[in-house]
Amino acid sequence: MIKVFSLRKLKNADMVEILERIQIAPNVHSCTVEAPDVARKALPGQFVIIIPDEYSERTPITIADWDAKKGTITFIFLEIGASTQKLAELNSGDLIYSFTGPLGKPMEIKKFGTVALVGGCYGIGGIYPVARALKKSGNKVICFSEARSKFLLYWNDKLEEVSDEVRYATVDGSLGIKGHSHDDMEEYLKAGKKIDRVIAIGCTFMMYRVSEVTRPFGIDTIVSMNPVMIDGTGMCGACRVVVDGETKFACVDGPHFEGHKIDWDIIMSRRKAYLEEEIISQER
Amino acid sequence: MAKISPRKTPMREQPAKERIKNYDEVPFGYSHEEAIVEAQRCLQCKNPKCIDGCPVEIDIPGFIKFIAEKKFREGVNLLKEKNILPAICGRVCPQEDQCEIKCIVGIKNEPVAIGRLERFLADWERDEDEIEIPPKSKSTGKKVVIVGAGPAGITVAADLVRLGHKVDIFEALHQPGGVLVYGIPEFRLPKAIVFKEIDFLKEMGVRLFTDSVIGMVKSIDELLNEYDATFLGTGAGLPWFLEVPGENLNGIYSANEYLTRANLMKAYLFPRYKTPIVRGKRVATVGGGNVAMDCARTALRLGAEKSIIVYRRSRTEMPARDEEIHHAEEEGIIFKFLSNPAAFHGDKNRWVKEVECVQMKLGEPDESGRRRPVPIPDANFRIPIDVGIIAIGNSPNPLIPSTTPDIETGKWGNIITDPETGKTSKPGVFAGGDVATGAATVILAMGAGKIAARGIHDYLMNKT
Ligand SMILES: Cc1cc2nc3c(=O)[nH]c(=O)nc-3n(C[C@H](O)[C@H](O)[C@H](O)COP(=O)(O)OP(=O)(O)OC[C@H]3O[C@@H](n4cnc5c(N)ncnc54)[C@H](O)[C@@H]3O)c2cc1C
Ligand SMILES: Cc1cc2nc3c(=O)[nH]c(=O)nc-3n(C[C@H](O)[C@H](O)[C@H](O)COP(=O)(O)OP(=O)(O)OC[C@H]3O[C@@H](n4cnc5c(N)ncnc54)[C@H](O)[C@@H]3O)c2cc1C
Ligand code: SF4
Ligand code: SF4
Ligand code: FES
Repeated sequence: MIKVFSLRKLKNADMVEILERIQIAPNVHSCTVEAPDVARKALPGQFVIIIPDEYSERTPITIADWDAKKGTITFIFLEIGASTQKLAELNSGDLIYSFTGPLGKPMEIKKFGTVALVGGCYGIGGIYPVARALKKSGNKVICFSEARSKFLLYWNDKLEEVSDEVRYATVDGSLGIKGHSHDDMEEYLKAGKKIDRVIAIGCTFMMYRVSEVTRPFGIDTIVSMNPVMIDGTGMCGACRVVVDGETKFACVDGPHFEGHKIDWDIIMSRRKAYLEEEIISQER
Repeated sequence: MAKISPRKTPMREQPAKERIKNYDEVPFGYSHEEAIVEAQRCLQCKNPKCIDGCPVEIDIPGFIKFIAEKKFREGVNLLKEKNILPAICGRVCPQEDQCEIKCIVGIKNEPVAIGRLERFLADWERDEDEIEIPPKSKSTGKKVVIVGAGPAGITVAADLVRLGHKVDIFEALHQPGGVLVYGIPEFRLPKAIVFKEIDFLKEMGVRLFTDSVIGMVKSIDELLNEYDATFLGTGAGLPWFLEVPGENLNGIYSANEYLTRANLMKAYLFPRYKTPIVRGKRVATVGGGNVAMDCARTALRLGAEKSIIVYRRSRTEMPARDEEIHHAEEEGIIFKFLSNPAAFHGDKNRWVKEVECVQMKLGEPDESGRRRPVPIPDANFRIPIDVGIIAIGNSPNPLIPSTTPDIETGKWGNIITDPETGKTSKPGVFAGGDVATGAATVILAMGAGKIAARGIHDYLMNKT
């Protein structure tokens, strides 16, 4: 009896079309879509929410690059759960069910002096436009790019183009230092070299470790929180994070917060809240 | 005339035992015969008090007379002159506090079932599948943009398109409808009804753009360059929390998150739909309004063995509609009155395990006239739970005020409007619904929409 209405019939906006989706490292994809309205407004550090098909979740993804003239947005995503797997199945010419952005407050860009940017997993793409903007504002920009192994790193040339120095860290030592970027940064700081601001984008654990490294040095450290989100407009409260003892909503107050003020225990446990369901949702 | 029954014609509904196992609508609606019998209970008053109780002043005796005469088409048309969403209002209006409380029949007996009759006509038209498109005025050449496709925005769109203006709606989410779609559950308001209404708007020439967060993708000033006037119907936003220890444990949701997962994202059809929701066995919902009832009843349908409402006052003070409380009681929801959560306790993995409550008693009435709950010392108790839902309200959506500094807001972040016209402090910008009043009702949002539509029309026609 219930008539199903297709979204296509209800809405007028053209659906967003994929221009290119390529796997740039195992399980890591770069995707460029045509979204002129979003591209016109995008700023470094903002994100979009993507629903790959009708059944998928609303998935927040950081904007990694854009071209306002061509009207395109590029993002990097990791294939981890059902929704990102669905996204990885789409190819150029395919339409994305829902694409909303730009969302979140942009990263603060001004002249700070020397800025270190730490990127891991999707965050390597995430720090790219931030590095570009900071460089343009006259900062000395050092990028720390990390992965388990050399073949999981990507956009090395792009990062090198927009920064004064790129420092690599791999767990197996196949490129750069053996270990993590936060180890490298600790050495760097202990050697007495000056950093005025640190920005970290990537997995929660990495951002936590970076914050702990910079804490004793008293360096302003900005992290890009990635809690579970639903609407992304400040309606549902799913994305709450505790900053300095106060409840904040990452989608409208963030996603960037001061790493030294975050209650990391809460964040890490909330990230794992749906482990069991995520396994089930991949079985169908 | 046949003898008039002292009671409303009952509406058949799914038995409580069965309905808690599905997500289908609870009441079935009237048959033609039942509707006619109920319509005959109306006295066709010369001075109908019922109309005073309806925020959009529907000609209630008028449409009821048409039902009694079996002229359903005429009835629908009359209804729609004042209310473009009768299938929705007939279902979710708090009639017992609005039109029906004023009904003369209600003095001695049960009032005429105005809401049910309204629903009947709207459903009749939908089943007929021949919705009449009302006539439109000649094009004025003016363009209006509406932000938010909730009941307020939908109403403004419908009124203005009929007056000959060009209307575009921008909606942040991937589906239109606002709370009607993401908040109120399917078993109370089937989504197909809402989409049909949107479809109808589109038939009339309104364009709808989803996935568009205004303030981010376009600023209000940019909209004002493209359009002659703007209406903001962005509804409620940031949920309030209790601000008690343990509230960020896993398994604790705001009502909005819980309901959005269940409704908009269809978590009740998980794993076909990929959005998960924790299916608790013992669920406590904190609050006493419609939203709390919706959460508690949703939890049951998602498999809870015990779904508990924790409310700090007593049953008489509960703001939820009688019908909702009644349905909740029938379904076996457990009510813990005079209980105020003081903390949530969790296990070592930070999953919620218990809610600790302070036992309250009723004291002197406060400003709202309701008796104020006061704590009883040393009478705390704990309820074991695996999901907690906080349903204590929201503040208005913050996105537009925060990205548009020249719109004046009140102390709760609500947009300040002129009650006669819906005008805000920014020229050409109007607002109404929950974003202006704070969380209210569907029909009040629609009433605000009607006022703003009139305000916008006057503004457009006087502006050269
Ligand atoms: C502001 C923001 C920006 C983001 N930017 C990017 C980006 O540029 N590229 C990218 O690949 N991912 C990004 N993420 C993370 C991304 O949203 C999640 O990876 C995605 O939602 C997972 O969806 P899924 O259905 O595929 O997996 P699920 O089935 O939902 O999850 C699978 C696994 O991923 C974990 N997970 C779920 N949600 C997140 C999350 N938000 N962050 C980290 N792990 C998660 C789960 O704990 C689980 O172990 C961002 C998140 C936020 C909030
Ligand atoms: C669970 C629940 C149950 C309820 N039950 C009842 C009931 O039984 N009876 C009753 O009368 N009332 C009920 N209400 C209240 C009623 O639903 C609301 O008062 C009514 O929906 C308000 O309408 P609105 O148009 O102002 O806003 P909303 O319905 O909130 O719609 C606002 C819309 O604007 C969109 N939006 C927000 N920001 C932006 C932006 N920046 N750009 C673009 N779009 C944006 C939102 O996504 C949303 O779709 C209930 C509310 C809830 C939450
Ligand atoms: S719209 Fe609501 S208040 Fe008005 S007549 Fe209908 S049910 Fe009653
Ligand atoms: S007050 Fe009651 S009886 Fe009188 S017209 Fe209205 S609905 Fe009918
Ligand atoms: S994602 Fe819903 S409030 Fe932030």
